[in-house]
Amino acid sequence: MKASNPQWRDVLASRIAPHLAAEIDRFDNEAALKKQGKLEDKVFAETRLRRGAYGQRYDNGQRYDGKVARTLTYPSANTKGPHTLWDAPGMQRIKIPYGGLNAEQMEVLAELAEEYSDGIAHVTTRQDFQLHFIHIEDTPTIMRRLAAVGITTREACGNTVRNVTGCPIAGVCRTESFDVTPYAHALTHFLLGHPDCQDFGRKFKISFSGCRDEACALAHMHDLGALAVIKEVNGQPKRGFEVLVGGGLGTVPQQAKLLTEFLPEEELLPTAQAICRVFARLGEKKNRNTARLKFVIQKIGIEEFRRLVAEERTVLAQDERWTAFLANVDGAAEQAAKPSALLQITGAHDIGFERWRSTNVYAQRQAGYVTVTVSLPLGDITANQLRKLADIARSYVRETVRTTVEQNMVLRWVSEADLPALYAELASVGLSEAGAGTVVDVVACPGTDTCKLGISSSRGLAGELRSRLGAKQWELDEAIRGLHIKVSGCFNSCGQHHVADLGFYGVSRNKNGYTVPHFQVVLGGQWERNAGSYGLAIGAVPSKRVPDTVERIAERYLSERTPGESFHAYIGRIGKAKAKLMIEDLMTVPPHDVDPSFYVDWADAREYTTGDIGVGECAGEVVSPIEFQLTACEREVFEAQLALEANEIARASTLAYEAMMHAAAALLSWRVLPLGDGPDGIAANFKTQFIDTELFWDPFAGGKFGQYYLAAHERHMAWKAGGAGPDQDATRRLIEESQLVIEAAHSCYAKLASQKAA
Amino acid sequence: MQHFKVKLFATAQDAPVHEAIAVFHRWIQESALDETLIDVADYLHVPQGPGIILVAHEGIYSLDTENGRLGLTYTRRTALDGTDEERLRQAVEAVRRVAELLESSPEFHGKLAFDRGQWEVAVNDRLLAPNTPETFEKLQPALAGVFPGKQFAHTGERRQLLRVAVS
Ligand code: SF4
Repeated sequence: MKASNPQWRDVLASRIAPHLAAEIDRFDNEAALKKQGKLEDKVFAETRLRRGAYGQRYDNGQRYDGKVARTLTYPSANTKGPHTLWDAPGMQRIKIPYGGLNAEQMEVLAELAEEYSDGIAHVTTRQDFQLHFIHIEDTPTIMRRLAAVGITTREACGNTVRNVTGCPIAGVCRTESFDVTPYAHALTHFLLGHPDCQDFGRKFKISFSGCRDEACALAHMHDLGALAVIKEVNGQPKRGFEVLVGGGLGTVPQQAKLLTEFLPEEELLPTAQAICRVFARLGEKKNRNTARLKFVIQKIGIEEFRRLVAEERTVLAQDERWTAFLANVDGAAEQAAKPSALLQITGAHDIGFERWRSTNVYAQRQAGYVTVTVSLPLGDITANQLRKLADIARSYVRETVRTTVEQNMVLRWVSEADLPALYAELASVGLSEAGAGTVVDVVACPGTDTCKLGISSSRGLAGELRSRLGAKQWELDEAIRGLHIKVSGCFNSCGQHHVADLGFYGVSRNKNGYTVPHFQVVLGGQWERNAGSYGLAIGAVPSKRVPDTVERIAERYLSERTPGESFHAYIGRIGKAKAKLMIEDLMTVPPHDVDPSFYVDWADAREYTTGDIGVGECAGEVVSPIEFQLTACEREVFEAQLALEANEIARASTLAYEAMMHAAAALLSWRVLPLGDGPDGIAANFKTQFIDTELFWDPFAGGKFGQYYLAAHERHMAWKAGGAGPDQDATRRLIEESQLVIEAAHSCYAKLASQKAA
Repeated sequence: MQHFKVKLFATAQDAPVHEAIAVFHRWIQESALDETLIDVADYLHVPQGPGIILVAHEGIYSLDTENGRLGLTYTRRTALDGTDEERLRQAVEAVRRVAELLESSPEFHGKLAFDRGQWEVAVNDRLLAPNTPETFEKLQPALAGVFPGKQFAHTGERRQLLRVAVS
């Protein structure tokens, strides 16, 4: 904890709005009470989450060091949440609405990264910043220093309206209907702390996009996605939004559904309020695994949801904020710092500059101006770099900076003639890397580096892919350079792997008596068209084979594509069976004594497996029958995907269900437990032996995956007894769920096997 | 003053820094330092960044290229009792000890060495130690006590932490 914490409050008193200061004081007091043991763990945990103070890996005081699970001995035995030690480092998330930042804010972020974190500010896939290795007692000071420059961390985490995201080029974009910035700004402030948003069972994510076809705001994967639309009303152009609801990634991704094709601008805030009220009322509160808005819509259907929102809208008390902001929507437009001027290149041709210009510079709608993307490797930026960027933002543009969901930053309104000088200034602090938005610009969530839920090292893998692809990026064909790679450390999708051409999410596999880090390969997702469609998993490869997997798939795409065929279309055309075949030989793991590097994750030196698994002399050759059975289940899910592709809905649904049932049967048999009579017997026995006993239990998702199986069983039986059959949407969901049940079966087996060996 | 940040510069810039990942993990296994060692993080992808860091409860060690030069940095995170000189000495001693351990780590094959004549001292707290000539003056006795016979120069730009080059 910083020695200066007590003084900051007085120093900043005059610079923070009284209501914000009072909020932070309350949090400070709650932290003090918790320290004295006068607050319950779970109450303080939700309090700090709502202020963006999150837990971090190993904060339960246990860490596997590659040989043994070691207890981290902190000075205090106090806790800041259930199983979360007071002194353990945590993460502070900082909301940056639609990514908009000014120079002073960047300077303060630099100071905080330096003084409280590890010198790095990290841009997330939702345009936030995160600081890691933060001490809980420093968080009130961090919040005060941010509040003094107009940034709040309120509702950055927890069951709240999260950071409102938006196109980073809104207002300067060539394809937008209109600038969504003032609308995103108004909705952010309207919903922040709004009483109607305080009783959610789960988080609520909003995004704004200026058009339908680009990727910028990924509207389809949000609880509420607003796409700018201009419609002619009474012969006059009228601004409004196409509104999508109930999208989300997470464990089972769901494309948002259309709420309305045109919502007039003055209806945006009240309709969002009505949606929040319906969500608060109908959303699941007890089981967080089914608490997102998408489950409400799944349950009651979009028609009924639409009706309820319309009904709710009629009972809202009039609020002047709904329309007050509209008076300024045009006046809010940004201005350039310098007159527009075209680029004049004189002297020697600088290849580095030209390459950077070809990937990192976007010609704005306004002639003579460009938006420059500053590529941040894995979203990381140092304190010195942030300060330099603040200087640049002051001298070249009017501090018009934004973060992006691709974990970069953009400088808007750069006069084109300034590009060489700007490039040189960025280069002086290592910020002139080319390749923004290309295959080298790999997106990754924190994964096992700092996230408590990480299974494999997403950042380690992303770093490896960046450096391998970066070394040869200018030799790559244009078609390959245009691909998007995204990596998540687990099925929770924070790295947005579902909407990448090549997506990866962390899983583990038990091989030859060892646990081996793997990534599921997810192909054919669509980043464009606002996350227009999601990819499906085709199989898991060992972490260390992912770079070869990328290379193999890219080569095949290049040699087999038809002229102009996108990767998404190519994968659709060849089908998943062929795609899987392409990488099947890369799914194997060499025995530990042949290549132990497979048993260590990227950017790590520890053996990935728990050291207490017994390794016999012939461990390399012994494969338990359950490993074969679970592999067969994976194949069934895969076949279900193929059937879905072929529009054989009934077959796909049956295969997906049976894969789950066979995984359950495999676990029962392995434990030498009765299977019972047919599918009902397996479901009943699995429930008693694995679900009720919490053996089939995920540390994060709890019993969710077991419930997927039981619910699928009930639906399947009802269907077979003459009830309604599944539709395409439901089958797609079932396949995702089935994949997760099998992953959970692998984990359950690995966990129980290691306990047995111990 | 609290939270000293001390850097000892490497003799060459081309040391195989990535080897520090294995070294730091090994130190955690062996409890090689007195502090509560928590984790290792890899920032080698960040130009002029923290490189590889070893996070302890009390402070962070980094084999970094901050400001463009490779060196070993210790940043004190928790407060310490004692005088300014004692606190500065703690940070300097932490760096000395870890520098020796790194130099003798087999993973580096003798390719990492530090120049004991090239140090940088900073104070990682803008409120307790604003970056001003006055703070630099105030720090002089502690610097002279820990680095007898050395020259001290106030460096860096105004928004950075108070930084002193010791040579
Ligand atoms: S995807 Fe998983 S590992 Fe990555 S940040 Fe989200 S929860 Fe953590």
